[in-house]
Amino acid sequence: MISIAIEKNLKVYKGRHVLKVDHQFATGSTTKIYGPSGAGKTTLLKVIAGLIQPEQGKIMVGQQCWLDTANGTNLSPQKRMPGFVFQDYALFPNMTIAEHLAYATSDQQWIDRLLKLGKLDTLTDHKPIHLSGGQQQRLAILRALAIKPKVLLMDEPFSALDPEMKAELIAGLRLVFKEIGATVLIVSHNPQELDDWVDNELYIA
Amino acid sequence: MDLSPIWLTLKLATITTSLLLVAGLPLAWWLSGRRSFVKTIIEAIITMPLVLPPSVLGFYLLLAFSPQHGLGKWLHEVFDIQFVFSFKGLVLASFIYSMPFMIGPIKSALQQLPVSLAQASYTLGKTRWQTFKSVLLPNIKPSLLTAVVLTFAHTLGEFGVVLMIGGNIPNVTRVASIAVYDSVEQMDYASANTYSLILFAITFIMVIAVFIFNKYQAKSPLE
Repeated sequence: MISIAIEKNLKVYKGRHVLKVDHQFATGSTTKIYGPSGAGKTTLLKVIAGLIQPEQGKIMVGQQCWLDTANGTNLSPQKRMPGFVFQDYALFPNMTIAEHLAYATSDQQWIDRLLKLGKLDTLTDHKPIHLSGGQQQRLAILRALAIKPKVLLMDEPFSALDPEMKAELIAGLRLVFKEIGATVLIVSHNPQELDDWVDNELYIA
Repeated sequence: MDLSPIWLTLKLATITTSLLLVAGLPLAWWLSGRRSFVKTIIEAIITMPLVLPPSVLGFYLLLAFSPQHGLGKWLHEVFDIQFVFSFKGLVLASFIYSMPFMIGPIKSALQQLPVSLAQASYTLGKTRWQTFKSVLLPNIKPSLLTAVVLTFAHTLGEFGVVLMIGGNIPNVTRVASIAVYDSVEQMDYASANTYSLILFAITFIMVIAVFIFNKYQAKSPLE
């Protein structure tokens, strides 16, 4: 079980907005997070990852406390090690596909399997600049999965994929998520997207 | 023809650039992070040599490191180090005077990298140092080269600050720019011309090399 109760002040156009989330996510579940632009969906993922600090709150992942502002506990992103798929992909321009995955893990078998899953196994020596948007997005997903995260945070992870590729990738991802026991939180702008797949939904206003 | 000023100049530029690279990288990295009042002050101090007359900087360095009083006296008595009228003094002056040329391009390049690059690395469990070495540094190579070349070329051309703290001692502090001035003073235009041509050629080749190397990676090599 992942338990999150946080409050974070957000600067928005002409004022402030308070991101307030109090929610539990079952271990191994997949949750879609949706809501209007500027509501704080990306910020929530970054707070969970430890990349942004909330004013107050508590995050428990199983028995481990990741954050508790009341007693000053705040694990670094390096200790939390969530898989994180960034909206802008955040690929490293200096690294090839193979180097991206080797940077994340030394398990070559796992890397080979991920490359097949993302259909990038024939492009391993390509750098991001030579990949299409869809290929870049798939690489970002594979890199996040390379560390076999227990918590996977995905920010608009399928926005650049065509429907056919998306359906095929999701089918493969579901198996991988189950295998590594990941609890998955997916931010999506599209209210209908992923409805036939996710276990839960969380609306952020 | 005495070429020792040229060799001394190249030695000074090499040492200064190497020291500034080692000190400048972590400093530029730190300055490129979230802004604070302390960082603003430090950045202003680093930038001062760009706008301050070199003779003013040289004058204060001369006062500060004079072996007769203050810091210079203490360094001389405790560590037997004398900066005034020595090659060490030239290195110190060049280090301070050329610092903005090393820090500026590196800091700007680091600030222009998307913050999500470092964040992605952190979520993979990588430390700040691993992230800097494997992700940030390789992606600012053109700016790094620009910084190194600008620092080196700028050190070659230093005059006022070097003259103030080092004087004009052959084989010790008489660098090429001072040799040019000295030759003109003695009406030896041939030597002045030779020194000038060598300096011109070295700096031109370096700047051209940067332009070629960065052609496909930056809008302007001086960015």
